[in-house]
Amino acid sequence: MHSHFWGIVYHQERLTMDLLKTISNELVDLKEWPEFGAGDTITVYYTIKEGEKERTQFFQGTVLQRRGSGATETFTIRKVSGGVGVERIFPLGSPFLNKIEVNKKGKVRRARIFYLRDRTGKSARIKEKMTFKK
Amino acid sequence: MSGLIGKKVGMTSLFDANGKNIPCTVIQAGPCVVTQVKTEKTDGYNAVQIAYNEKSEKNIGAPLKGHFKKAGVNPHAKLVEFKGFEDEKSLGDSITVELFAEGEYVDISATSKGKGFQGVVKRHNFRGVGGQTHGQHNRLRAPGSIGGASTPSKVFKGIRMAGRMGGDTVKTQNLKVLKVLADRNLIVVSGNIAGSKGSYVVIEK
Repeated sequence: MHSHFWGIVYHQERLTMDLLKTISNELVDLKEWPEFGAGDTITVYYTIKEGEKERTQFFQGTVLQRRGSGATETFTIRKVSGGVGVERIFPLGSPFLNKIEVNKKGKVRRARIFYLRDRTGKSARIKEKMTFKK
Repeated sequence: MSGLIGKKVGMTSLFDANGKNIPCTVIQAGPCVVTQVKTEKTDGYNAVQIAYNEKSEKNIGAPLKGHFKKAGVNPHAKLVEFKGFEDEKSLGDSITVELFAEGEYVDISATSKGKGFQGVVKRHNFRGVGGQTHGQHNRLRAPGSIGGASTPSKVFKGIRMAGRMGGDTVKTQNLKVLKVLADRNLIVVSGNIAGSKGSYVVIEK
């Protein structure tokens, strides 16, 4: 097998991956969300079903990570509730998501801030990122 | 059983009417052409042979070339036979994904990914010879005993041992058809199927 063969294989791979991406984005209708990333404090408003009834609940916490891309992207947010850490994972394409509010922009150096899980009190704080208008 | 030949495109997920996130596999299936119709009179049983993935004539052997010429269709890469298409098929007929309807259940067979030569822990889910005491060492993933000694003084056939794993034909049954995109010859089924992206799959109804 010479190099030309692998060129074709690579080309085929690209074609199927592009197709998969297009189809995934068609299967899920992604809404427009505000920009947020790891370290930001956000409030997520989502619908929960209790038997027949539907109501909106919110979850406020720090974004630990954004994972995946396109239609299958998810994000993890964490809050400390009554001394116990609570984490929730939401798919960005979920039909239950109503609204995302960005409360605070955090200044962090990495895309996944799992180190926050081991920290409590003062060391668990995240500095706020200041943006200035030009 | 009727069916279609296709290629696995890959996996993604979608949300159903209840908002549930469902993992699904996208398959590019058909269009297939009928290359041979077997009848009880000529072959002893009734079946329809279909072909998928058109191929250049220069990349095909003489015997197959004759076979395609007889059917009056262009050469194709993959041939599969199905018993029991509902309506009568004749040579050169085209079959598309419209064969399947949304909400229907299908069986899909494909060749699983090759794993190479694997030990018994991975291949047969043995637990290894565990334990860290009683002088045990270097037997962590070993198979243990494979039988008695002087009786029967042989190893019975079919004893599970290390060896080649994967590359088998694996059929996954009762996969729900979630979407049929006829304009692009695609179907979306719930759950996963064996094999790598771009490999051939046979969808049976």
